[in-house]
Amino acid sequence: MALAQQSSPHARKARSTSRLMLWVILATVPGLLAQTIFFGWGNLINVVWCIVIALAAEAAMLSIRKKPLAFFLKDNTAAVTGLLLGLSLPQFVPLWVSAIAVIAAIVMAKQLYGGLGSNTFNPAMVGYALVLISFPVAMTTNWAQPGLLWESAPGFGETLNLLASGQQTVVDGYTMATPLDEYKHKIATHTAAEVLEHPTFGEGIARGWEWVNAAFLLGGLVLIGLKIITWHIPVSMLAAIAVMSLAFGSNPDQYAPVTLHMLAGGTMLGAFFIATDPVSAATSHQGKLIYGAAIGVLIYVIRSWGNYPDAVAFSVLLMNFAVPFIDHYTPPRTYGHHKARRGVPGKTQG
Amino acid sequence: MTQLWDFAGGIHPAEHKHQSTSRPIRQSGLPERLILPLQQHIGAPAEAIVIEGERVLKGQRIAEVTNGMGVPVHAPTSGTIESIARLPVPHPSGMDDWCITLIPDGEDQWCQRHPIADYRQMERDEVLDTIRMAGISGMGGAGFPTNIKLRPPRDRKVSTLILNGAECEPYITADDMTMRERSDEIISGLKIMAWILRPERCVIAIEDNKPEAAAAMKKAAEGTQIEVVVVPTKYPSGGEKQLIRILTGMEVPSGGIPADIGVMCQNVGTAIAVARAILEGEPLIRRVVTITGEAVAEPGNFEALLGTPIHYLLSQAGLQETQLHRLVLGGPMMGYTLNTPDIPVVKTSNCVIAATAQELPDPEPEQACIRCGQCAEACPMELLPQQLFWYAKAGEFEKAEHLNLFDCIECGACSYVCPSSIPLVQYYRYAKGEVRIQQAEQLKADRARERFEARQARLEREQQEKELRRKERAKAAAEAQAKKKAEAEQAAAKGEAVDEKAAKAALVQEALARKKAGAATAPETQTTDAENSSPAPDIPALEKQLTQAKSKLDTMQSMLEDAKAQQADNVDKLERAVAKNHERVKRAEEALAEARADTTPATQSTE
Repeated sequence: MALAQQSSPHARKARSTSRLMLWVILATVPGLLAQTIFFGWGNLINVVWCIVIALAAEAAMLSIRKKPLAFFLKDNTAAVTGLLLGLSLPQFVPLWVSAIAVIAAIVMAKQLYGGLGSNTFNPAMVGYALVLISFPVAMTTNWAQPGLLWESAPGFGETLNLLASGQQTVVDGYTMATPLDEYKHKIATHTAAEVLEHPTFGEGIARGWEWVNAAFLLGGLVLIGLKIITWHIPVSMLAAIAVMSLAFGSNPDQYAPVTLHMLAGGTMLGAFFIATDPVSAATSHQGKLIYGAAIGVLIYVIRSWGNYPDAVAFSVLLMNFAVPFIDHYTPPRTYGHHKARRGVPGKTQG
Repeated sequence: MTQLWDFAGGIHPAEHKHQSTSRPIRQSGLPERLILPLQQHIGAPAEAIVIEGERVLKGQRIAEVTNGMGVPVHAPTSGTIESIARLPVPHPSGMDDWCITLIPDGEDQWCQRHPIADYRQMERDEVLDTIRMAGISGMGGAGFPTNIKLRPPRDRKVSTLILNGAECEPYITADDMTMRERSDEIISGLKIMAWILRPERCVIAIEDNKPEAAAAMKKAAEGTQIEVVVVPTKYPSGGEKQLIRILTGMEVPSGGIPADIGVMCQNVGTAIAVARAILEGEPLIRRVVTITGEAVAEPGNFEALLGTPIHYLLSQAGLQETQLHRLVLGGPMMGYTLNTPDIPVVKTSNCVIAATAQELPDPEPEQACIRCGQCAEACPMELLPQQLFWYAKAGEFEKAEHLNLFDCIECGACSYVCPSSIPLVQYYRYAKGEVRIQQAEQLKADRARERFEARQARLEREQQEKELRRKERAKAAAEAQAKKKAEAEQAAAKGEAVDEKAAKAALVQEALARKKAGAATAPETQTTDAENSSPAPDIPALEKQLTQAKSKLDTMQSMLEDAKAQQADNVDKLERAVAKNHERVKRAEEALAEARADTTPATQSTE
């Protein structure tokens, strides 16, 4: 009788990393659905394309690194990276641009750093920032005009053709400036009321965008409910954006209103699905609060006073730099200790 | 309603307790052999006080601890000592250790017992000694000798005595069933411990998944001041530190013991053992063990004699051997796997899980840590398990220690929730082991360094002293030289020729004379008439001779003195050497006399 020899604990909860990632993927479905309804087929095509490229790039890198393919591919993390890029790129961005973003994410930001768990920076945001800087035209002029899928947007085949054509800009009529972009550039010369007449805002806060953000918020709440993410980063990030907006941008004739900050652009996707990437985020509860809040502040600063209309990617990447530092100074207080041991061993003692 | 506090983290694993609570506690009966390890708890191992072939009675002491912390071992039944040999014992490493093997004779014949009817009339120390002599050590965890635990350091007053009936680990129901069936004995034992400690508060804590046990204990505790507190089910609420937090809101300081904050935890089984030891004079020779798992047909609790082999209990519970995949001693969270069912039940054995491959499957291969933080959410000690893992894996033990590695209680909650199947606890054990090795090596290195530094200091001191002596000698020599030089000049001024040979002989003579003079106090030296002759032309050579001669005499002199002081064997030898020296002196004197005849005598020398 050969008895199994194992180290304790012997009982395990059956919730694997690949299962967690699957839940993350499922939680984006409402958002993707809303994007498709209001902005056409672009995001869906992007998502599928990006996932395919991501898996291919991951597989290529794994085979170069002589790692078992199946074991690593089934953790679903490459798929999540592709998915997040597909969700955040403009609807009409050429396929080759999104491919570059995905390859940069998987090859540079993830595998060259040592693969899953070893990346300092959020891979999807590295890819996003790279193409945003390299191909600013393709990345800013290709946002779909909001409208219901069954009414105005180009059909699936036409969308695919446009994406595959390789043109950096798509013929007008299908695209439109994003609400944040529109507001940022018009408010200098117009009043708030005049700016809001633009069709991108629609009748609510930001046509289409408000639903997309609400759907990502819903997905995010599901993740919190399933204890796949904690509330700390999303809440502190959203709170920071709100506080910044109310403190510095309360005048709508000067700055975008708080509702626009919350429900336009990549705010909710960023708060629940991107900033919460555990590998590149801070660790402890306190650290997460600081990390999330700092991202929120940076998003507001860049949106209001920087060159870019949206800023999730840059803010997340900037805070990725700060994570080791935050982690050193925010460990929790351990049971039986008076206070937390902050800092680096040998330098400060708690 | 008693106020309760919550502890951080914790998990809710599947309980699997019902399968072993449907049957009452069964008596396991007499196996063919009882195997009694000499070390059944932390501290010093016991030494056998019986010999092979000796007949022993039930309850007779068969091993005793004479040096160090420990309690004796008793014969669980009457019979013959078959052997005292190294056999597999319950240990995570699967090692062998010294065990007494007893073959029961079936008569179960008791030795003389000394029950104490009214312990209140006795001195507390006497009661504690009875507890020690009954071989009682903690029956829940590490098995700390109970008599020592019941006597906390003088400045530590125990104000809260907690009887830990939480039994938070899945599968285990030994305490649950004991509380259901033997509540009166538990209360008796608790009363004895309370009488010893005189706490202000005495609490029995039971998780709310054991309502029958709680009801039984409440009934038994009626009319006493003992509180029965039902605590929410959450693993590891039965961990000493967590239970103290739940019941008192206080935390045991890191590196301290509960007595530091006036709290003590005792186990349910220990209370019964104390009651039996005092009231019935029965030493610790049996305990309740849960035999469970899907590979046994009739899981349940057995009251087994200590030393009963586990395979005997498994067969009584209906083991289906083909189903058995993993054998765990203890619970599924903190227990360890056995590589043989031949090992015996000891004082700390509370549960054996005979698990099938579906029940406790082999772990998935370890994936990369994605820092998801679920481990930190689960950690009841508020550590950062993923950071500790990172540092342990990287060999950065200093950083791991900084993040309070040694506060980890190895409860396994982090590994339980880890989605990447990382055996986190194993990493922490490894890191702790490495740190302990490093500390031991550091201590060794420190001692070696101290020794080396002490030696260096001594050598340096000796060197300095030597240098000092050398300088003194050089100074004296220089003075003599100056004197001679003056004489030589005088002589040269007189235009007298110098016979080199004679001069040398004279110098030797002079040196000897100086030696004698320097060592005047020594009885065996002889003063000689030191007469000097003409100065030497070869000044450096003479100087060298002078120094050498002097140091030689010094050495000889001191050696002789030392030897005399120590009454060493070589005194004779040294005395002969000195005598020889005298002869040399004589010869030198003769040579001097001859030389004198040839040369002009110089001035008188060295006084």
